[in-house]
Amino acid sequence: MAYKVTGIRFNQYLKELEKEYLIFAPVALLGKGAFTNTDSVRYQKITKLEEVELTIKTNFSVKEILLPITETLFYFNEDNWTEPKVHDKKILLFLRSCDIHGIKRLDDIYLRNGCEDPYYKVFREKVRFCLIECYESFANCFCASMGTNITDEYDMFIRPDGDYVYVGINNKEMSRLDERVVDLSPRFVMENKTKVSIPKELSKGLAQSVFWEEYSSRCIGCGRCSFVCPTCSCFSMQDIFYKENKNMGERRRVWSSCMVDGFTDMAGGHSFRKKQGDRMRFRVMHKFHDYKKRFGYHMCVGCGRCDDACPEYISIAHCANRLKSIVEEK
Amino acid sequence: MSNTYLPFKSRIIKIIPHTAIDYTFLMEYKGDVKPGQFFEVSIPKFGEAPISVSEIGEGYVGLTIRRVGLVTNTIHELQEGGVLFLRGPYGNGFDIDLFKSKEVIVAAGGTGLAPVKGVVDYFADNVHEVAVFSLIAGFKSPKDILYKADFEKWQRTINVIVTVDGSDDETYTGNTGLITNYIQDISIENQSMANVIVVGPPVMIRFSVAEFLKRGIREENIWVSYERKMCCGVGKCGHCKIDDTYICLEGPVFNYVKAKNFID
Repeated sequence: MAYKVTGIRFNQYLKELEKEYLIFAPVALLGKGAFTNTDSVRYQKITKLEEVELTIKTNFSVKEILLPITETLFYFNEDNWTEPKVHDKKILLFLRSCDIHGIKRLDDIYLRNGCEDPYYKVFREKVRFCLIECYESFANCFCASMGTNITDEYDMFIRPDGDYVYVGINNKEMSRLDERVVDLSPRFVMENKTKVSIPKELSKGLAQSVFWEEYSSRCIGCGRCSFVCPTCSCFSMQDIFYKENKNMGERRRVWSSCMVDGFTDMAGGHSFRKKQGDRMRFRVMHKFHDYKKRFGYHMCVGCGRCDDACPEYISIAHCANRLKSIVEEK
Repeated sequence: MSNTYLPFKSRIIKIIPHTAIDYTFLMEYKGDVKPGQFFEVSIPKFGEAPISVSEIGEGYVGLTIRRVGLVTNTIHELQEGGVLFLRGPYGNGFDIDLFKSKEVIVAAGGTGLAPVKGVVDYFADNVHEVAVFSLIAGFKSPKDILYKADFEKWQRTINVIVTVDGSDDETYTGNTGLITNYIQDISIENQSMANVIVVGPPVMIRFSVAEFLKRGIREENIWVSYERKMCCGVGKCGHCKIDDTYICLEGPVFNYVKAKNFID
C-alpha cells in the first residue's frame, strides 16, 4: 500500500518530517570523484527530493552516517571528561536493501558482540529506513547471491514516477499523507550479472593455501575496500590535544582496516599478517566464513563497493568464486 | 546506560622497577578481577594500551608495564601518588579452581610471566591447594629478568627454574638456554593428568606447546594466553579477532584444543 503524491507535495512531506528527523540520502558531489570530471555519490543531509541521487550506487555506504569516520568518545581536560552532546532529532536514511542488511551486521557487532556500544546504541535507536528500490542491478552487485536483495525491514519506501512519487508507509510514525492510496509494494532486484557462490566448507587447509600469495603482489594495502564496505566496522582509538590548549583534548575512534599496515602492531614490535595476501585471506574469510560461524549468516552483503573501489581491480566476488572452484576440485 | 569507554581514575600506590624498561605499578582498585584479565590503561592526550593484571591484592592490582611506545613511555614518567586512567577488567582470565589439587607447570617467556603471575602467586601462597607446582620462566638476558624478589619468595614453596637465552654478563651464574630445553628435562609425575600454562611471544608459545605435547601432556590440559592489539577490549574494534574468536571477549586465555586451530 502506498500514497501517490506530486513531487511538490512530497517535498512538503519531507519538510514536515524535518521537524523531527535529520534526513540523509545519496547526493552526487560534483567533481568529487576519484578521477577528473567524475562525481562522488555519498550520504548528505537533504531537504528535497531533487537533491537525491537515486540512479547510481553510492561510493561510500550508509555506514559513514551511523559510524562516522572519526567519532569523539569524550572530551577531556586535565582530570575530567565529558561525553559529547547528543542531538534529539531522529534520523531518516534513504538506502537500498543491501545497506539495510549491512546495518544488521553493524548491529551484530555493536549491539550483540559483548556489551552494547553506548554511542552506537543511542544513535541506532533513532534511525528509520526509507527504502530506495533497485530497478536493475548496478555493476559488481551480487546481492541476490548473498540473499540481501530483499528486505522488509523498512519504515517507508519511495518510488519516484515522473511528476509523482509513490510513498509506501510501513511505520505509522512516518504518516503525514492523506492522498490517494494505491496498492503497491517495493520492487527488488532478483538477479545480478555478477553471481557468487560461496563454498560451504572453507577449511583450515585453504586458509594456508598458496592461493592467497597472488594477492600479495597485487594488493597495495590502501584499505579502500574496507572503507567503502557497509559491514567493515573496525576502528582504532586516537587521543588528540588542542593546539590552543594542550591540557584539553579528546579521545576519538577512527575507521581502521585489517588491510592496512599497523592493524595488528603490538608494543615490542610483534605483528601478524605482514603480507597483503594474508590480509586478503583474513578479510575474505571474515566476510564469507568466520562471521557466519559467529552470527549465522555471511557478513558480506554483495553490494560490490569494494570491487568498485579497488585501484588494483581486485574483485572479492571473483575471489570467492575461485575459492569455490578450488574446494570443488579437491 | 553506563559507558564502557569512560575510564576511572586510579592512584599509583607504588612503583616497582624490575629492569631499565619494565616497572610494575600497584594501582588502587577495588572490585572483582582474575589473573590473566587485563585493563585498558590510558593517559588522556597520549592514548590507551591493554595491560594484563600481574598481581592482585587487597584494594590494589599490579600492572607490569614495559616502556615501548608513546603511552607506556609517558606512564613511566609518573610518580607514586600519580594517577592513571583505567577501564576494565576485560577478558576471561585464568580459572584458579581449575588447577586446584592438580600437577601444574607454567612456562612463561619474558613479560608473558605478567598475565600468569597471579596464578603463580596464588599457588605459591597456598601450596597445599595444588599437587605439584613448577614454573619455568625464560628471559632474553640477565638484565631482562623480572620479579626477582618474587622469584626468591616463590622458590621457598614451588619449583622454580629461571633461564636466560644468553648472557654476556660474567657475574651471572644462573641457567642459560631456551625454555624448551628445560621443558624437555622437567620432571612430570603424571603426564596424562598434568596441567600446563604457556604464555609468551607467539614463537615461544608454539615451540613450548610442541615440547609439552612431546612430553605426553594432553592437548585439553594445555592453556595458553594470547596477546593481541586491542583498541576497545569489548568486542567492537576488531583488532584482536582470530577466525570467529575475539581474544578480548573469549580470551585471552584459551584451552589449546581451541587455540590450536587459530590462524592469524
